[in-house]
Amino acid sequence: MKMRGYVLRKLGQTVLTIFVVLVFNFFLFRIMPGNPVRILIRNPKISAEALQRITEQFGLNQSKFVQFGYYLRDLFTGDLGHSFVYRKPVLDVIMEKLPPTLLLTGTATILSIIIGVILGVIFAWKRGSKLDVAGLSLSLVLYSMPSFWVGILMVMLFAVYWPIFPIGGMSVPGTYYATIWSQLGSLLRHMLLPTVTFALILIGEYVLIMRNSLLEVMSEDYMLTARAKGVSNRNLLRRHALPNAMLPMVTLIAMNLGFIVGGAIQVETVFSWPGLGRLMYTALMGRDYPLLQGIFLFVTVCVVGANFCADLLYRYLDPRVKS
Amino acid sequence: MQSLVSVDQLEVHFAVRTGFMQSMFGKETPVVRAVDGVSFELGKGEILCLAGESGSGKTTTGKAILRLVEPTGGKVLYEGEDVRSYNRLRLRAFRQEAQIIFQDPYESLNPRQTVFSTVAEPLEVNNLCRSLAEKEERVAQALVDAGLHNPRELFLRYPHELSGGQRQRLAIAGALVLDPKFIVADEPVSMLDLSIRAGILKLMVDLRDKKGIGYLFITHDLSLAWLVSDRIAIMYLGKIVELGSADKVIKEPLHPYTRALVSVIPTPRRKVITQQSLLKGETPDPVNVPAGCRFHPRCPEAKPRCREAVPLYREVRPGHFAACHLLDS
Repeated sequence: MKMRGYVLRKLGQTVLTIFVVLVFNFFLFRIMPGNPVRILIRNPKISAEALQRITEQFGLNQSKFVQFGYYLRDLFTGDLGHSFVYRKPVLDVIMEKLPPTLLLTGTATILSIIIGVILGVIFAWKRGSKLDVAGLSLSLVLYSMPSFWVGILMVMLFAVYWPIFPIGGMSVPGTYYATIWSQLGSLLRHMLLPTVTFALILIGEYVLIMRNSLLEVMSEDYMLTARAKGVSNRNLLRRHALPNAMLPMVTLIAMNLGFIVGGAIQVETVFSWPGLGRLMYTALMGRDYPLLQGIFLFVTVCVVGANFCADLLYRYLDPRVKS
Repeated sequence: MQSLVSVDQLEVHFAVRTGFMQSMFGKETPVVRAVDGVSFELGKGEILCLAGESGSGKTTTGKAILRLVEPTGGKVLYEGEDVRSYNRLRLRAFRQEAQIIFQDPYESLNPRQTVFSTVAEPLEVNNLCRSLAEKEERVAQALVDAGLHNPRELFLRYPHELSGGQRQRLAIAGALVLDPKFIVADEPVSMLDLSIRAGILKLMVDLRDKKGIGYLFITHDLSLAWLVSDRIAIMYLGKIVELGSADKVIKEPLHPYTRALVSVIPTPRRKVITQQSLLKGETPDPVNVPAGCRFHPRCPEAKPRCREAVPLYREVRPGHFAACHLLDS
């Protein structure tokens, strides 16, 4: 019916949001202290003329607004600029680091959604039991732990005291693998610790939200009505409780999905995982404006895009949103 | 009259959720005596009102009879069989005959179910229809019975697209579709506008007359109880203090609590409610039930004996029961 109008309106909001973030990103990085040219050259004795020349070469001598104009113009042609540090197009750098991040955070997210939802449902169903109390406490602990700390703990336990898993990286440097299987095996071994670290924290969050949301739904009168009509426990959960309880989860998952791409900066840094999170860290340290802008724009588009999808999905899931 | 539901010394006690430390050191957990020995009979096609203040255990009694809350003691006989002894299969069959209507049609309907699937669900759960056409026919009939006259136009609507009165009619249709013999109606009209109330009440009484449905009508509104019911039971703090025909209970109340409730029923002629008839204080905490007569702390006529001995619930006049020491003399 009014689906098209709705989508167009949401799409307009999405584009506007991205633009506002774009403006922020551009000026935010440029008011950071530190001169990118200085960091790039690393030679304190460089002559003033050379410095001037390089500054001009990068276009940094022009006013911020002119720079912004160029940035926008290039953006619309799909050019995210040239990285100062990597000396390559920003888009290429991002695309190179994207797969490892997607692999790590994607696996962790899927794992944590599945485990978190299942555990949350079990705890809610067994509310007040010893299992619920134990699970709830554990989830709270997991949720409140900083990810870098869990990461360091993991490295200490499983890579240093009991060296079962590699300390970091995605592969052993300078190794050639005989078969694709041994390469895959090595990748899995490298992936395990960072994935588990990332997943543990997400699981805590998902369990808490899922349990809460389900408990709220289970106290609704329509659950009793359904039970009075003879609906079995299993169908009560599947047909009445879960569809209603999953709504807040959809929002949460959509929000987190966007951040997946931003990567777990902390986890990637602790485990030297060559992904976007670490790239962001490197770019920040090198005052690599174009790269930073590129990454932030990328993350923004992902977050806003995921929310846009969630909005559309909501319309489908919740009949009340349609009016 | 043939007995449909017979409740004998029904008890529902809830353990109070206590802190972790308390349960660690094995302290006695306090118990809420929500329903504490309730007995009554409901005949086929009878409307029995369970009235009382909030917190008196009316709703819990209703839910316990349907085993939506597990009773902790006593018996509930449905057509002579103890509901508490039902196994899963028998309970399912019981659920087809005994339904509940809740107070708030904004909460008792699943917001994600259409009108059709709300009403059709009981049929599906119990495998009662062989074809879709038959199912549609029965759903439409239930909606018409509940006073929704263009049922097929409503099939695909969601509850949020209906008015409050329509919603309650939908909830009633969901209960009616299985052709129940017994309905617990838990304050079915108290959330509705006055103009809609009369229609819903008339509908319920008509259904009794046409289909012989027995109602346990739960309400806090005595004037409403008087209007719709054959008999009225007054509950106070988990116990029935008085039970009798609607006319007798309202016009010649025996128990001081009933007298206090009746004295504040608004009538067009009485505009001022005299102070002495108002009950003082609030219902005591059902965790610490007062000794003796439960009503004595608020009773305007309490005697020393009321503090010590629990009054006997007995037939004071034919068909009119009450529990009060003042009636002994």
